[in-house]
Amino acid sequence: MSTGNAEIINVTIKVWRQNGPSDDGHFETYDQAITTDASFLEMLDLLNDSLNEQGSEPIAFESDCREGICGTCGVMINGRAHGPQKATATCQLHMREFKDGDEIVVEPFRAAGFPVIRDLAVDRSPLDRIIEAGGYISVNTGAASDANLTPVPKDAADQAFDAAACIGCGACVAACPNSAAQLFTSAKIGHLALLPQGQAERWSRTEEMVEVMEEFFGSCTNHGECHEACPKEISLDFIAFMNRDYVKAKVKNRALSGQA
Amino acid sequence: MAENILDSKVPEGSISDKWENHKFSMNLVNPNNKRKFDIIVVGTGLAGASAAASLGELGYRVKAFTFHDTPRRAHSIAAQGGINGAKNYTNDGDSVHRLFYDTVKGGDFRSREANVHRLAEVSANIIDQATAQGVPFARDYGGLLDNRSFGGAQVSRTFYARGQTGQQLLIGAYSALMRQVSAGSVELHTRSELLDVVTKDGQACGIVVRDLLSGEVTPHSAHAVVLATGGYGNVYFLSTNAMMCNVTAAWRAHRKGAFFANPCYTQIHPTCIPASDDFQSKLTLMSESLRNDGRIWVPNIEGESRRAADIPESERDYYLERKYPAFGNLVPRDVASRNAKTVVDEGRGVGPLANGVYLDFSAAIERDGLDTISAKYGNLFDMYQRITGENPYQTPMRIYPAIHYTMGGLWVDYHLMTTVPGLYSIGESNFSDHGANRLGASALMQGLADGYFVLPYTIGDGLAGRLGEPAVPTSDPVFTQAVASVEADTQRWLSTNGTKSVDYYHRELGRIVWDNIGMERNKEGLEQALSDIPSLREEFLKNVRVPGSADTLNQSLEKAGRVDDFFELAELMARDALTRDESCGGHFREEYQTPEGEAQRDDENFAHVAAWEWNGAGNTQTRHREELTFENVALSQRSYK
Repeated sequence: MSTGNAEIINVTIKVWRQNGPSDDGHFETYDQAITTDASFLEMLDLLNDSLNEQGSEPIAFESDCREGICGTCGVMINGRAHGPQKATATCQLHMREFKDGDEIVVEPFRAAGFPVIRDLAVDRSPLDRIIEAGGYISVNTGAASDANLTPVPKDAADQAFDAAACIGCGACVAACPNSAAQLFTSAKIGHLALLPQGQAERWSRTEEMVEVMEEFFGSCTNHGECHEACPKEISLDFIAFMNRDYVKAKVKNRALSGQA
Repeated sequence: MAENILDSKVPEGSISDKWENHKFSMNLVNPNNKRKFDIIVVGTGLAGASAAASLGELGYRVKAFTFHDTPRRAHSIAAQGGINGAKNYTNDGDSVHRLFYDTVKGGDFRSREANVHRLAEVSANIIDQATAQGVPFARDYGGLLDNRSFGGAQVSRTFYARGQTGQQLLIGAYSALMRQVSAGSVELHTRSELLDVVTKDGQACGIVVRDLLSGEVTPHSAHAVVLATGGYGNVYFLSTNAMMCNVTAAWRAHRKGAFFANPCYTQIHPTCIPASDDFQSKLTLMSESLRNDGRIWVPNIEGESRRAADIPESERDYYLERKYPAFGNLVPRDVASRNAKTVVDEGRGVGPLANGVYLDFSAAIERDGLDTISAKYGNLFDMYQRITGENPYQTPMRIYPAIHYTMGGLWVDYHLMTTVPGLYSIGESNFSDHGANRLGASALMQGLADGYFVLPYTIGDGLAGRLGEPAVPTSDPVFTQAVASVEADTQRWLSTNGTKSVDYYHRELGRIVWDNIGMERNKEGLEQALSDIPSLREEFLKNVRVPGSADTLNQSLEKAGRVDDFFELAELMARDALTRDESCGGHFREEYQTPEGEAQRDDENFAHVAAWEWNGAGNTQTRHREELTFENVALSQRSYK
């Protein structure tokens, strides 16, 4: 029943249980036998099945695509957002990353901007507020010109893509000691600012998105933990890019509005 | 069973003039009057997000609902390979007519010509729109857009963004939507699941949703309701669909009078990673684009025990290249899938469970170099390695077909309106454009075509005559009754208090559906399914255990209602497959095949859409039909040899 060198291991799961936003919450410990071919979330599925059979409530956790692209999943595993494997969302993590006898501590993404909903599920809606503040190019349906009218240098397109690869999971915020959302915000700002289509709103977008970000999240002090945790390995360079653009935006937006 | 003929309201005129003329003849709502109409859009994937954004831009008052925490999670995001657009940027002879032709033929002559032509017409606009939004499509060194070829076509018309085209297009549509949210023209409701469609005097007037965090059940009223709620592939339990994909919105609409069309048309994707154990939660798709450079093969002999690398060329069977020299590894999905099943059933499957076929990149790596292959498919190779622990640069991938997309769905006319006036269905949730088989890179195209360029026109035609008519107030008994009924259902699940989980029953149902209504069907199996499904459902209703309460996040409770709807849908799928005595596209009846084992259509008796009418719980649905005529693409046996 395996793809290669799968084995059955026994692990101890120490998981955060919290009934609701106002509950204090606590850890509970469970033992689970599992094949190393299973994914981490399939291990939680099995644990939930047995909890259900025993008449207990299953552990609430979020996931959807289970392919690392929708950004719905995300928990702290042994203190690391999305767990031990680099460039991997929680749903892509497999039990072959663990050994027989391991204790695995599972907690929700912890950040002031992400209140706990229940057990491992958190509210990441502030990320939508940042996008709403300007994470778009204003082009109504039907108003577009031919796609090849404006060539985009391949390097710029590729770099924009590197930023656009963000899945909005919030691991960057969870990993940051300051609960800052700079990597998330700068990925969107970088994506749009690197493309010719994004130039018209470049300065207003930067200023507005950064200011909404600051309403919800902490400040960046260059720890770099966000990049380490990012399942898409988004570069810290985008944060530098955003910071530079933000300073320029302050000046330019004043000039544009006739104040300077 | 009396079969009525449905009117698809396809406009008169030649195929290439229909949409253009129709746009001119439709009634318009003037810009100042649009704000007097409320429109509900359910679902925020490609179809829903693009529709809500476009309707908001036009000035309608839009309410958008998603059961996710943010619109960007919708399953459109997982589409990897690309989106078709008849741009002919590659100068290889593509045109609107060719895309139309390929789609009708690829759909095995079971789609509506006029809809498909319209889809091909607007395909180029989608590429323009997405590019303007900042979607980072792949570009060549001159900075212009790059194209690749895809299954079922002999031209390169597929635009792509690495292996994440769906993600990038959805982010584009999502950003357009968030712009309207910011502008106040769209009111966004996240974590809100549709649990009923409300009608008054036969007209759709709103919906009932449950807040997934607080459990609160609320009515919402509008002049028109648009369902963009995706497909029903998760009826199989194991599919490439995301965990939460379900049929509930479409099914509850069906129960309120919307006909459900061609439920037996389900698509198996040929390139998925085979299951590795019994409790696997879902299957992962590897983009079909891999078939551009990967060669598919199995060993010549049954029970081969050597590793792939140790099997000499002469003892390998590149069966698609052998049987279909013209299209080779790029035959359409249904053909590729059935051939994989055939060789695995012969005992020539590979991998520890002998449940896959090889997809081998060694020739491509030798020809183009490791760097080129890595640049094209690097993220897919990484994904494969993460899941299987095997390195596809060194050993061939193992793949096997899995359920991926459902062509069936709510029946809609040319306006994308269901049989319930005022209720529309777009994207995968409707049945419209792909016939019995969808071509690769056409799902993204259809979702965005419906949302950006079709529905915003056709919905106005439906609303224009209703100016001055207020939306039905949510205090109306039709709403209060619907809310009470949803709340009663919730209590019923919580008080059943049986012994088995919802997932257990979902998995068991999935087994029945896969075994009997899967890649190949026959009369006996379908009759078996029609007896097994209701008896399993009876047990489910008596013995399911839904723990927890209604007033908090309760994922078991959410799933219970969805699985219950899957039970009813599965029965209808079996009935639909049983009454379609022919093979076509994704519906392959073993009794109806050519001597070479290809699908044998029966155009004389089945060149029609089967649309089923709900007759109340416990009663068999009535089968209606929409006749399909092929005036522009001559009916022919598909051949990819």
